[in-house]
Parts: sequence; structure tokens; C-alpha cells
Amino acid sequence: MIGLPHYLILAAILFTISVVGIFLNRKNIIILLMSVELMLLAVNINFIAFSHYLNDIAGQIFVFFILTVAAAESAIGLAIIVLIFRNTRSINVDDLNRLNG
Amino acid sequence: MIEFKDFVFYVLSLVLISSGLSVITSRNPVTAALSLVLAFFNAAGIWLLLQAEFLAIVLVLVYVGAVMVLFLFVVMMLDINLDKLREGFWDYLPMAGFIGLLMMVEMVMVLKTKPFNLAPITESISNTSNTEMIGNTLYSNYVLPFELASVVLLIAIVSAIALTLRDRKDSKKTNPADQVAVKRQDRVRIVRMKSEEKYIKSKAKKRT
Repeated sequence: MIGLPHYLILAAILFTISVVGIFLNRKNIIILLMSVELMLLAVNINFIAFSHYLNDIAGQIFVFFILTVAAAESAIGLAIIVLIFRNTRSINVDDLNRLNG
Repeated sequence: MIEFKDFVFYVLSLVLISSGLSVITSRNPVTAALSLVLAFFNAAGIWLLLQAEFLAIVLVLVYVGAVMVLFLFVVMMLDINLDKLREGFWDYLPMAGFIGLLMMVEMVMVLKTKPFNLAPITESISNTSNTEMIGNTLYSNYVLPFELASVVLLIAIVSAIALTLRDRKDSKKTNPADQVAVKRQDRVRIVRMKSEEKYIKSKAKKRT
């Protein structure tokens, strides 16, 4: 019988995969964004599993808001990537040193 | 004998994890984006198993339908030098694997403690549908966050357009401020000259 720990461990595995993905794809800014989306998905799975097993709808409301914010974030992030590519002709993170930080 | 629901869960999570691995290791960003689409689809299936039907549909509509299409558009529009981005791809694997394993072990240790072994709910208690419950809660207790979410989306629209807007030099647009501020001197020029009749007469006299 599938219980709450199954869902939570699935979300933990997914979260770990995306953390490893951020380490591996440290040069490709697009795949970094995709890894962040995968992380948010793992968190949302946690929220929905708790919402189901605690019989509380508030968790699903939270997922609704997280989806909203994540969509806005990816839209702005992709706009920034297009802008970076227009100015430097590359999306390599190593080339993004224009602010000299 | 394994129950059918458990079987569905294992299939969905297996495909979800393998597509997640494919997202982070694929050579081509287009493949990564398509794998992410598969991952979202399987996550929607898992949410359906958890009786969150509304959010599962929203995930497919918003993420697979809109956000991932945006990703694909951007990935295909940019002309990326893949070899340079793949340089030293596996260099950090030992560290990444170590940190990932550590995180994984820690999280599983936390999850194995007692508070997380809740009794599974066999039947949904209320008779109302999931969408109705979300609607009732969202428009009563969470009205203000809901309105704020719309503001966040508006800001996203405005900023995404403002960031990528580019003026064409040859576009024949008008400037309303200039049009309003226009004066008589800008448009009408008064020229002093001899009247036409006299001029013609003088020319005729000269000819004779």
C-alpha cells in the first residue's frame, strides 16, 4: 500500500536530481532554469501529498500560488536570457561578468 | 498481489525520475525541454493519484501548454555553441554526487521518523469536487493572496515585454506628446511675395 512516505521520498529524489543538475550544468543557463523548475515541481509534490494525507485543502492553494509565481519567474528569466544572448552572443555563465561583481 | 494503484504510482514515479535524469544530462537543450515536458506530465499523473484533479489539469495546461512552449521557443531561437557549454561537464560529478547523496540520505532519514507515517485516507470525506473545494477556499480565505498573484502576473507581463522590446529604426510610429505640443509656427510658413497678376503683367511688358 502506497503511503505518504512514498510520495515524500519521490519528491526528495526529484529534488536531489535537480540539485545535482545545477552542479553539472553550471555553464548552460537554460538548463539551470529547467533544474529550478524541476525543484519547484518536487516541492509541489510534497505540498499535494501532505494536503491529501492531512485532508487539508490549504496545501493545494499553496501549490496554486507557487505555480503562478514559477510561471512569472520563468517568463522573466527567459526574457533576461534573450537579452543576454542579444548583447553577448552566448549564454555561457562564464561570459556573464559584465557587472564585474 | 500488488494493487493497481500502487502499480500506477511506481510506473509514474519511475518515468518521472528517469525523465528528470534526462533533463540534467542531455546534450541538446531541446531534448532537455522535451524531457521536462514528460516529467511534468508524469507529475500531473501523480497528482491525480493524490486526488488533486484541478491542479493536475492546471499543471498540464499551464506548464506543458505555456511555459514549456516558451522554453522551446527560446531554446530554438538562440544559436548556442553546445561544445563550449559541455566543456568539463562531468568535472563536478564527484562533488555533486556526494552532496546529492548526503541530501538524499538526510531527507530519507527525516522521512522515516514516526510523524510521517500517517494512515492513508481511503475515501475522500466530503462529497464536493476538488475544484469546488479549491474555489471555495481560494475566494474566501485567500482572496488577498489571489489578487496579489494577479499583480505578480501583471508585473511579469510588463517586465518581460519591457526587457525584450526593441525599437525599429524605420518604423513610422507617431509620438503623441509631439503631436499635442505642436505650435502654429511648426506647421504654417507665411511667405511674402508679389501678387500673381502684377507679376505676369510685368513679364508681358518686358517681352514686347
